Amino acid sequence: MDSALAVHRLHFAFTITFHYLFPQLTMGLALLIVILKTLALQTANDHYNQAARFWVKIFAINFAMGVVTGIPMEFQFGTNWARFSKDAGGVIGQTLAMEGVYSFFLESTFLGLFVYGEKRLSPKLHWVSAFLVFVGSWLSGFFIIATDAWMQHPVGYKLGPNNQFVLDRFSDLILNPWTLWQYLHNMTAAVVTGSFVMASIGAFYLLTGRFIEHARIFVRVGVIAGTAAMILMLFPTGDGQGRMVADHQPVTLAAMEGLFDTSAGAPIVLVGQPDTDNLKLDNPIVVPKALSFLTYRRWEAEVKGLNDFPRDQWPDNIPLLYYSYHVMVGLGTLLIALTFMCAWSLWRGRLYGNCALLWALMLALPFPYIATTAGWMTAELGRQPWLIYGVMRTSQGFSSRVSAGNGLFTLIGFMGLYLLLGILFLFLVHREIDHGPAREAAVPEPGGAQ
Amino acid sequence: MIEIVWLCLVAIMIAGYVVLDGFDLGAGIIHLFVARTEQERQRVLRSIGPVWDGNEVWLLAGGGTLYFAFPALYAAAFSGFYLALMMVLWLLILRGIAIELRSHIESPLWRPFWDLIFGGSSAVLALLYGAALGNVVRGVPLDSDGFFFIPLWTNLQPFSEVGIVDWYTLLIGAAAFAALALHGSYWVALKTEGDLQERSLQFASRLWWAVVVLTVIITIVSFRMQPNILKEFSAYKWGYVFPLLAFAGLAGMRFWSAREADLTAFLSSCLYLIGMLTSAVFGLFPYVLPSNSSLDAGLTVTNAAAAEYGLYIGLAWWIPGMALALLYSVFVYRHFRGKVA
Repeated sequence: MDSALAVHRLHFAFTITFHYLFPQLTMGLALLIVILKTLALQTANDHYNQAARFWVKIFAINFAMGVVTGIPMEFQFGTNWARFSKDAGGVIGQTLAMEGVYSFFLESTFLGLFVYGEKRLSPKLHWVSAFLVFVGSWLSGFFIIATDAWMQHPVGYKLGPNNQFVLDRFSDLILNPWTLWQYLHNMTAAVVTGSFVMASIGAFYLLTGRFIEHARIFVRVGVIAGTAAMILMLFPTGDGQGRMVADHQPVTLAAMEGLFDTSAGAPIVLVGQPDTDNLKLDNPIVVPKALSFLTYRRWEAEVKGLNDFPRDQWPDNIPLLYYSYHVMVGLGTLLIALTFMCAWSLWRGRLYGNCALLWALMLALPFPYIATTAGWMTAELGRQPWLIYGVMRTSQGFSSRVSAGNGLFTLIGFMGLYLLLGILFLFLVHREIDHGPAREAAVPEPGGAQ
Repeated sequence: MIEIVWLCLVAIMIAGYVVLDGFDLGAGIIHLFVARTEQERQRVLRSIGPVWDGNEVWLLAGGGTLYFAFPALYAAAFSGFYLALMMVLWLLILRGIAIELRSHIESPLWRPFWDLIFGGSSAVLALLYGAALGNVVRGVPLDSDGFFFIPLWTNLQPFSEVGIVDWYTLLIGAAAFAALALHGSYWVALKTEGDLQERSLQFASRLWWAVVVLTVIITIVSFRMQPNILKEFSAYKWGYVFPLLAFAGLAGMRFWSAREADLTAFLSSCLYLIGMLTSAVFGLFPYVLPSNSSLDAGLTVTNAAAAEYGLYIGLAWWIPGMALALLYSVFVYRHFRGKVA
C-alpha cells in the first residue's frame, strides 16, 4: 500500500465500485419504468402510473448519487492516470467526449421533465421524456463500455511519435467486437439488478401485507423482466463475452478458471482454491471437459493453462480474479434458478401466496449488485498487468508526479465522503420504501413543490 | 490549423460552463444573504432546480472535449493541480447532494444544514475556479516530459517554488468570486419578484463596484505576471476586441440594471465573463499552459494537441452533437422561462 501505483489503482477501484452501484440500477430501472408507463398508457389502469411514480422516486435518488459520484471518474483519468491519458487520450478521449456531448446533455435535459414534470406534461409527452432518459443512460453505458473495450482489446489505432496512440480508424474504435458483447452483457446485468430490486421490494410489501395491488405489479414485472434478462445474461451475451476472453486474453481465461496445466478436455471448476505458490488448485470440485466444450464447442479441445504462459503476462492477482469470476458465475446460477422458480410459480398463479419464494426474492436483493461488481472485477483484474491489453502496462500509466502520500490523502477523503453519501442514500431510500407507492406522492423538487 | 479550431471549440465549452453554471454557483453564494425566509430560499432553488444539472454537464462535456483534443494538456493540468482538483470534486459532490436532497425532509435541522453546504461549496468553488485560471496565466513548473506537480501552497509568492494558492491566484480567485456572485445576483433578480428581487439588485449594485475594482487590478497585475499577454496584444491588435467585450459587459450591467432591464443586465454579465475568459485565452496564445521558468517548456496549442485524423473525425460528431445539446438547452430554458412562483 505504500507504492504510488497501488494507491492510484485502489483510488480508481474504490471510486468506480461505489459509483457503479447507482448506474446499474438506474439503467435497468429506466427500462422498467418505460415498461410500466407503457402499460399505464395501454391499460388505463392507474395502479401502473402509481407504480411508475414510486419507482421514479427511487430512480431520482439513485440518479443523483450516480451523477455526483460519476464526475470524479472522468477527472481521475487526468489526475491519477496522467501518463496513460497523455498517450491514449487521442483515442479514448473520443468516446469519453462523445458520452458528454451525446448522452449527458440528453439525460440532464429530460431528467427534470421526467422526474418533476408529470403534472405539466401530457401522458404521452411524459412517456417520451421517460424514454429519452432511458436512451440517454443506455448511450452513456455504450460510450463507457466502448472506452473500456478499447483498453481490453485495442483496435483502430497506430503508434505515433513518442509512443503515443494515434486514432487510425474511427469506425474500428466504435465497432470493436469486444464492445458489442461486453455492452450487451453489461446492460442485461443492469436489467437484472433493476428487476430484482423491483421484485424484491414487491415481495417485501406482499409479505408485510401493504400496498398489495402495487406489490403484485412489482413482483410480476420484476420476475418476467428478470427471467428474460437472466436468459440473455447466460446466452448469448455471457457466452459471447467468454469467447472474446478466450480468443484475445487466453492467459486471463486460464487464471479465471484456475487452470494451471494445459489440458485436453479441460474441466470447469465449481469450487476450489488456487495456490499460486505451488501452481495447483486445492480441493477441486469440477465438471469434466466442460471448459473445453464451452470455449471451443468440442469436448476434447485443448485449453492452454497458466504454466504455458510467461509469468510476466499473468494477471497480477490471480486468486482475487479467480474468486471474482466464481462469485459472479455462482450468484448468476443462483439467480437463474430463483427467477425460473418464480416465473413458473407466477405462471401457475401461485407466486403471490408462496411465502418461501417471496422470502427468497426479498433476500436476493443484494445478489445482483454483488454479481455485477464481481463481474467488473473479473474484467478489470483480468486485464492486468496491462492498462491497454498487450501494449501498455498498468505500471506505466499512473501519474508519476502525484506521490503515494497525496494519493492516499484523497483516497481517504473519498472514503469518508462516500461513507456519508452511503448513509444518506440508505436513509432516504428507506423513507421512500416505508412511505410506499401512495397516491399523492411526488418527487420533492429542489425548492419544494410549486 | 485544426488545433486552433479545437482551441476555439474548447474555449466555447468552457465559456458555456462558466456562464451557465456560473449563475447557479452565484445564486448559491448569495442565497444565504439575500433569501431570508424558507419561502425565499425555496424560490432561489426553484430558479436553478430544473437547469443546474444540465449546466454542470458543460463541465463534463467540456472536460471530455479537452481530453480528446488536447490530451497532453488534460493529463498535465489534472495531475499537476491534483489536490485542488480533488477538492473541486468533493465540493461538486456536496453541492449536488445539497441541492437535490434539501427538499426531501421538512425539518429545522435538515434544511438550514444543506443551505449552508450549498452556499459554502458554491463560494469555495468560485474561488478555486478563479485560482485555477490564475495558475494557468502565471504558468507552472513543467518538466521535460510536460508534467508538473505543485502543492496547495508554499510561501504564497507567485515566483519560483510556486503553490496553487499564492497572492496572485488568490486575487484572480477573489475576482472570480465577485464576478460569479454578481452573475448570480442578476439571475436571481431576473427570476424572482418582490423583496427577494429587490435585495438581489441591491447586492448586485454593491458587487458591481467590487468587480470593477478587481477587474482593473487583475488586468494590470496579469500583464506584469505573464509577459506573453503584452506580446500577443501588441502583435495582433484585433485581439483588443476581447477585453472590449468585457468592458462592454461591465458597462451594460450598470446601464441596464439601472433601467430595470433584468434580462439585458444578466446577458451583459454573460458578456463580461466571456470577454474576460477569451482575453485570457488570447493573451496566452500560442500557449495553453505556459511554463513559469522558460517559455520554451510551455504546452502549446500544437504540442498538446491530438493527431490530425482524430481531430477532423471529432468535428464530424462534435458539431451535430453540440447542435442537439443547444437545442435541448433552448427547449429547457424556454419551458421554464419567466419568474418562479
